[in-house]
Amino acid sequence: MSKRRVLIFTRFERLWHWSQMALIMTLLVTGFAVHGLHQAIGFEVAVTWHTAAALALLLLWAFATFWLFTTGTWRHFLPTQKGLWSVARYYAFGIFKGEHHPYKKLYRRKHNPLQALAYLGLKVVLFPAIWISGLLYLGYGLWGGAGSSESLMWIAVVHTAAAFAILAFVITHVYLLTTGHSFREHVMPMVNGFDEVELTPEEEAYLEHDEPGKIR
Amino acid sequence: MPSRLPPTGVLLLALLWLSPALASTTADLDVDMNYRLDTLVEQPTSGRPGHSTADHSKFTQLQGPFADGPAVTKACLECHTEAGHQFQQNIHWTWSTVNEKTGQQLGKRHLVNNFCTNARGNEGMCAQCHAGYGWKDDNFDFTDQSKIDCVVCHDRTGTYYKTPTSGGNKACSVMFEGKQPIQWEKVAQSVGLPGRENCGGCHFYGGGGDGVKHGDLDSSLIHPDHALDVHMDEKGLGFACTECHVTTEHVWAGSRYQMDARDLLEGHKPGQARDAASCESCHSTAPHANNSIEGIKLNDHVKRVACQTCHIPEYARGGVATKVDWDWRTAGRLRDGEGYKEKGYTQGNGEHRATYKSIKGSFVYGENLQPEYGWFNGEMLYTTIDTVFDPTQAPIAINQYQGEASDPEARIWPFKPMHTVQPFDKGNNTLVYMHLWGDDADAFWGNYNFERAIARGMSDAGLPYSGEHGFVETVSYWPITHMVAPSEQALECQECHAKDGRLGALPGVYLPGRDSPKWLDLFGLALIAATLLGVLGHALIRLIARNRRAHS
Repeated sequence: MSKRRVLIFTRFERLWHWSQMALIMTLLVTGFAVHGLHQAIGFEVAVTWHTAAALALLLLWAFATFWLFTTGTWRHFLPTQKGLWSVARYYAFGIFKGEHHPYKKLYRRKHNPLQALAYLGLKVVLFPAIWISGLLYLGYGLWGGAGSSESLMWIAVVHTAAAFAILAFVITHVYLLTTGHSFREHVMPMVNGFDEVELTPEEEAYLEHDEPGKIR
Repeated sequence: MPSRLPPTGVLLLALLWLSPALASTTADLDVDMNYRLDTLVEQPTSGRPGHSTADHSKFTQLQGPFADGPAVTKACLECHTEAGHQFQQNIHWTWSTVNEKTGQQLGKRHLVNNFCTNARGNEGMCAQCHAGYGWKDDNFDFTDQSKIDCVVCHDRTGTYYKTPTSGGNKACSVMFEGKQPIQWEKVAQSVGLPGRENCGGCHFYGGGGDGVKHGDLDSSLIHPDHALDVHMDEKGLGFACTECHVTTEHVWAGSRYQMDARDLLEGHKPGQARDAASCESCHSTAPHANNSIEGIKLNDHVKRVACQTCHIPEYARGGVATKVDWDWRTAGRLRDGEGYKEKGYTQGNGEHRATYKSIKGSFVYGENLQPEYGWFNGEMLYTTIDTVFDPTQAPIAINQYQGEASDPEARIWPFKPMHTVQPFDKGNNTLVYMHLWGDDADAFWGNYNFERAIARGMSDAGLPYSGEHGFVETVSYWPITHMVAPSEQALECQECHAKDGRLGALPGVYLPGRDSPKWLDLFGLALIAATLLGVLGHALIRLIARNRRAHS
């Protein structure tokens, strides 16, 4: 095994991540304006941007889902218990003692088990909750939502609760970038795509021989 | 060339000579006294283009001389053979209509309102707004077509006027003195399609004075600008009333007794004539441009929100005030044995309005008012003269708009609420007819005695009266539909989509920005606070632990 800098986030993945980031930030700010939590922007502007950003994000997710399954990258997000507890233990205790992160990034497994579980939860629980409720909310006129304050209210409740949960995720996600060696070191892989990964000799040989652009 | 101009001295003299005349004309005008005493009417509007092929001034039948109105009507009917029969079906003639849905007997002949309360029994005064000649009591012959007043609607000289059909007490009749006699020939030859001043001659003065009743109809609409009403705008579209209140055979669309709260344009083919005074008639059910998210969302709103709700942000915007509150209890105070009035309100156009009149009581006026909003399906339920109510449930709704969110026909509509404290029959718990107008000992306007006025009003109508009157608070609702503002002044979304927005606690609908369960926001904010605290705590422990390791 040797540590090498390998392209683990392809150009599409990085584009996906950063445009998703921008769209989610837009959606949070405009969404909470629509909800009435702040008056920093007018309702009309908020609804316009919220709707446009939501539709753009749905399109992006459609592409991302297709990409995940066609490239097989979805396997990175499969939940596993192996190493999960040691990572959790690390964030709860070890990190304060100056221990090293227990997880070694692999070429086929770029996220640590806790990270993978968090992303999976986001992908299969929070995101569907928000887009399904969001589409029902947006299309209230198509199913008689304007005549039934109860059902529309529950849709709004699910939508808003999911939004709060996503905001909590964003806060934690950004905070965790400050752990480890440096903030920059954590962010750069999502900028240029390269990160230090443990490679088996076979992986190293394959990359050097067949994908020289993906290894440094 | 200066030599052609009259010397300044002559001009000044002419002005001096004219000024007393001008002053006295203005002094005679009293906007509080009703009916067409406004000089505005004397500058006719351009009216509605009729594309007529006839010049009525050339008709031999109209050369006169005419002794009176009915003589003119007979001349009209010589050519317009069906007009008399057609007009006899019109509510402006019958003052009576039955609502097919509710079965209620409506119309001015029957209803009690919360202004001067009733036309019934006071026709001598009120029927000056009847489109006929001489209705002063029950003996009026509704089958006599010569009694139809054609020229009140069709006069285009602006000189035609009507006065009470019977003499009232001296206290009231003085206000109609001093008008020039009508020149019937001139009026008859001028006829054309009605202009705003024709309809407005009555409808702008409903409730006993300029703008009193509706709030969205007053004399400012005779010569309105774009800001006041985009359709009637004199320099723009210049709509006459009949542009929207479409007429077929002398019966026209758009009565508040039979409203269409949600016009779906059903069965309407392009170009087909359609008798509906709805915005949708011209603007369709998707009036906003569908090329933006905003436009699509606004078109979504059309299903549940009346156009008027957003596009008439305020009513009584033309400088003429509307009455919002009326208290009959104070009526009848005298000074030196005479009735009097106090002019306590100056409205936007500078005219002074009475806040107290011995004959009517005390009033409150308002201008640039925000409507009240409610679900309305087009149906109004009236408290009629025979409706028994529970006075402890006051305010009693003279006309309660019907509808709720779950009713697909209902939309959110704007209303002007009118609040009044008025007499009622304390024994029978009903509203009452009062005998206000007349040169007799029972007429309230002259004798200021509620008991006698009510007893006479009820007995004339053949209705029971317990003999004891009280006062009850009532409210009437006037759908707001005129004074459509320029689109830039339409309501911003957050006027309603906000915690303390215009829709207040309007029930039955989840309104983003207004409604959200309190626990949801509490839960959400607690979650965010906990996350932030967790993150900060974690960071703090990391920092402390790192420092300790560095020292050890």
